[in-house]
Amino acid sequence: MAGWGPGVPGPEDVVSSGPWDGVWRVGGGVGGPGNPLWAVRLDPDAGHPAPRPPVVEAGADGSAPGSQGIGTSPVRPDGALKVRGEFAFSSDLWADDMLWGATLRSPHPSATIRSVDVTAALAVPGVYAVLTSADVPGDRYYGLEVADQPVLAVDEVCYRGEPVAVVAADHPETARRAAARIVVDYAVREPVTDPEVALAAGRLVRHVPIRKGDPAAAAEVVVVGEYRVGMQDQAFLGPESGLAVPAEDGGVELYVATQWLHADQRQVAAALGLPAELVRLSLAGVGGAFGAREDLSMQVHACLLALRTGRPVKMVYGREESFVGHVHRHPAVLRYEHGATRDGELVYVRARILLDGGAYTSTTPAVVANAASLGVGPYRVPNVTVDAYGVHTNNPPCGAMRGFGAVQACFGYESQMDRLAEAVGLDPVELRVRNALAEGGTMPTGQVVRGPAPVARLLELVRDRPAPPPVGAELWQLPGGMANTTAPEQVVRGVGYAVGIKNVCFSEGFDDYATARVRLELIGGEPTALVHTAAAEVGQGLVTVQAQIARTELGVERVVVATADTAVGSAGSSSASRQTYMTGGAVRAACRAVRAALITRLAGGRAGATDDGGGRVDEGGPELAGGALRDAAGRVLGTLVDLLAAGPVEETVRWRHRPTRSLDPVTGQGDAHVQYAFAAHRATVDVDPELGLVRVVEIATAQDVGRAINPQAVVGQIQGGTAQGLGLALMEELQVVDGVIRNPSFTDYLIPTVLDVPPMAVDVLELADPDAPYGLRGVGEPPTISATPAIVAAIRAATGVPLARVPVRPEHLTGTG
Amino acid sequence: MRIDCVVNGVFRRADDVWAGESLLHVLRERLGLPGAKNACEQGECGSCTVYLDGEPVCACLVPAGQARGRDVVTVEGLGDGDELHPVQRAFVAAGAVQCGFCTPGLVVAVHDLLARTPSPADGEIREALAGNLCRCTGYEKILTAVRLAAGREHES
Repeated sequence: MAGWGPGVPGPEDVVSSGPWDGVWRVGGGVGGPGNPLWAVRLDPDAGHPAPRPPVVEAGADGSAPGSQGIGTSPVRPDGALKVRGEFAFSSDLWADDMLWGATLRSPHPSATIRSVDVTAALAVPGVYAVLTSADVPGDRYYGLEVADQPVLAVDEVCYRGEPVAVVAADHPETARRAAARIVVDYAVREPVTDPEVALAAGRLVRHVPIRKGDPAAAAEVVVVGEYRVGMQDQAFLGPESGLAVPAEDGGVELYVATQWLHADQRQVAAALGLPAELVRLSLAGVGGAFGAREDLSMQVHACLLALRTGRPVKMVYGREESFVGHVHRHPAVLRYEHGATRDGELVYVRARILLDGGAYTSTTPAVVANAASLGVGPYRVPNVTVDAYGVHTNNPPCGAMRGFGAVQACFGYESQMDRLAEAVGLDPVELRVRNALAEGGTMPTGQVVRGPAPVARLLELVRDRPAPPPVGAELWQLPGGMANTTAPEQVVRGVGYAVGIKNVCFSEGFDDYATARVRLELIGGEPTALVHTAAAEVGQGLVTVQAQIARTELGVERVVVATADTAVGSAGSSSASRQTYMTGGAVRAACRAVRAALITRLAGGRAGATDDGGGRVDEGGPELAGGALRDAAGRVLGTLVDLLAAGPVEETVRWRHRPTRSLDPVTGQGDAHVQYAFAAHRATVDVDPELGLVRVVEIATAQDVGRAINPQAVVGQIQGGTAQGLGLALMEELQVVDGVIRNPSFTDYLIPTVLDVPPMAVDVLELADPDAPYGLRGVGEPPTISATPAIVAAIRAATGVPLARVPVRPEHLTGTG
Repeated sequence: MRIDCVVNGVFRRADDVWAGESLLHVLRERLGLPGAKNACEQGECGSCTVYLDGEPVCACLVPAGQARGRDVVTVEGLGDGDELHPVQRAFVAAGAVQCGFCTPGLVVAVHDLLARTPSPADGEIREALAGNLCRCTGYEKILTAVRLAAGREHES
């Protein structure tokens, strides 16, 4: 391997010499290109500074040293690189002699493959390899939970866009044109695209029943409704992409944007027929994730092509390809029956939830469990009968997206709560408060909610916020916006509320852990903490949070967070709102193990403190603060400069949350979840009823985060998540007709622009969860869950139209659709 | 074909450019300037915004041949050496950067907005940035960043 691009310094310069190199970046010494991440290659003519690892200097934001631990919002270490355009996203990577990969995909939702002829493609000048399933040396099927998805189609295709063959060529256009010359003889089959038909035909992925109390309970007031949720896309901006580099030891280095490096490593290694240690992954810059990077996309394909050609291979999906290149949010049909007393106290909830999983399993089983176990919402309900089903169809595969089963259920149960409020003559907030789950309450699964569950208070917080200003005078403030379609006097306003519940971390007995390696040493005479995990920074700010925790725990200013890679143990996925809890917990535990080792060193090698291996040290023992070990009175027992003179201290800890259990397959009973998180929304909308146009005027959110480790990032998650909920309410739907996505572009799949998203007021509660690190509660998903039903409730309030489907389209409001 | 142009004040040459390549592709893959991003490559998301002879354009929609002999400024050219441009500083300080994929395009769009309208009202900001998609932030912190860069930080 020569350099890392035109005029680029060699690997030894990319990550400069010093203790960081070699210790933390294992895997760069076997012929790979070194660590290209964090900063892109140099542009020699533009005179950019040398790439550098993200050292977080104290006071970088002008604040006083020592003020960048947990509970603060230090400048994110990747921020300057990102605003300069120098942060190396997975589509920015480059290597000498690099080839480009392209994918041939099925044009049919369902077909048998009679033959594949690659002769014409191979004959194209500049083409180096054309591979089909026959060229997959290991397992030909992969999957997160069930290995049922072919790396490349084997004898049949089950959805439109399924990869059939891959090509490597010296130019991306050459690769695409060659792929188009592959001749595939399909025998087209009738696709199954209706999930009800699929269920009747036995194409069940999973059924989760929940049974609590009396299944025949009767009530004075009954409301029944059927609701539908369209197929939402994560629509991250950074397309699926990465660079695979063959290594001299027969293995491969893969630089990729993903949510879970080790899950990718396991699946890629199995497909390549290689041991895991020969498949080394590093996290490239991730341009958003939201669930869509939990399943594999181009990972195996790029590695196959690199190993076959012996050259680095880069693959970058275009936007249309991206829309078929990852899983989507499950579309759902939800039937609910709520029974209550005349006073509005819930007596029972019965629900049937049908989720379309599309062609392959992905994470459908866990999505079904969430929809079922969270299916009545954050309410006390004595009698519950829920049946949630996930099925296989020939529609695009569905899997993880922010909110993960809880989003669909929330639209159903919150729509029902509004109907119930109307039926019993109560204010919608009052009805919800009367039935609100609280600490110590019991879920339909029988699980007792440990720690704060401030459902009522969150609702009251958003209700009691001042109302937004009246209908705006400026065009952009009106429905129809700059198109100038609506006069202010036509506008009707409505206000709606919703509250939601989400599980945090992985559930149902999954062995969920995160690994962190922390090393404390003197660099240039200054105590420096080095934090290394495999946790995926996907934009949420996890790198910043890891450094904050290290500062708080170790009492040092200078922290370096290594690029995430598979040279350290798994951190689990950046999903399920779990990564600050899990990798944050692991970093804290590793820091405490380092502290224990320092205490031992202080005592001259005698055990000075107990360390149970989980990094926990007896409370009341010496603490690290201000560059020294100190006793409870703050007196210095030993400075870090002195203690580390004998050499670095390094500890690696694998950390777990408290165990969960599976759900009983008949009754759905069991302590399946680790932690519950709650958010409430109030939406205010203006509607032009003649044209069916909606403008959201304001969304207020209240959320309990337990402890805000980084308040700025917390607010960013809440506002960003809320905007995605707005998208599902008003505009975001993949239009799938006969198994074909009809709108795979940002021209036709609309995500909210800055003109669509209103001011978003946020109230953050910090009620500590006694079981969680620092008392924190997962933040990322709850704001996406209740935003959608709150907006739809506001539109119903404004118009009186009994909307039962999201996204709401203009024709639903005008009665013309 | 050969493309000669000035990028960020420096003469640059790219040879063997295929006629179908966009300016975005040439910048990213031939000139070592991947700051402009490839989010949609159909002019919908604004993440590839660069200046072409002083006008902000979607580099994905400009055939590379059209850049011949012209002046291109990318996000990499906005700062002054190690110094961030005030717009860039404001994005970092306001928390307007999450995944960062939309950021380069937004930085150029805001740079252009403030050059034309040094103190834009919120409506003007929203209109100016309506062609730049962001999926992470919900735009609130981006608005804060623009106000900050425009010297309206007291309203943020």
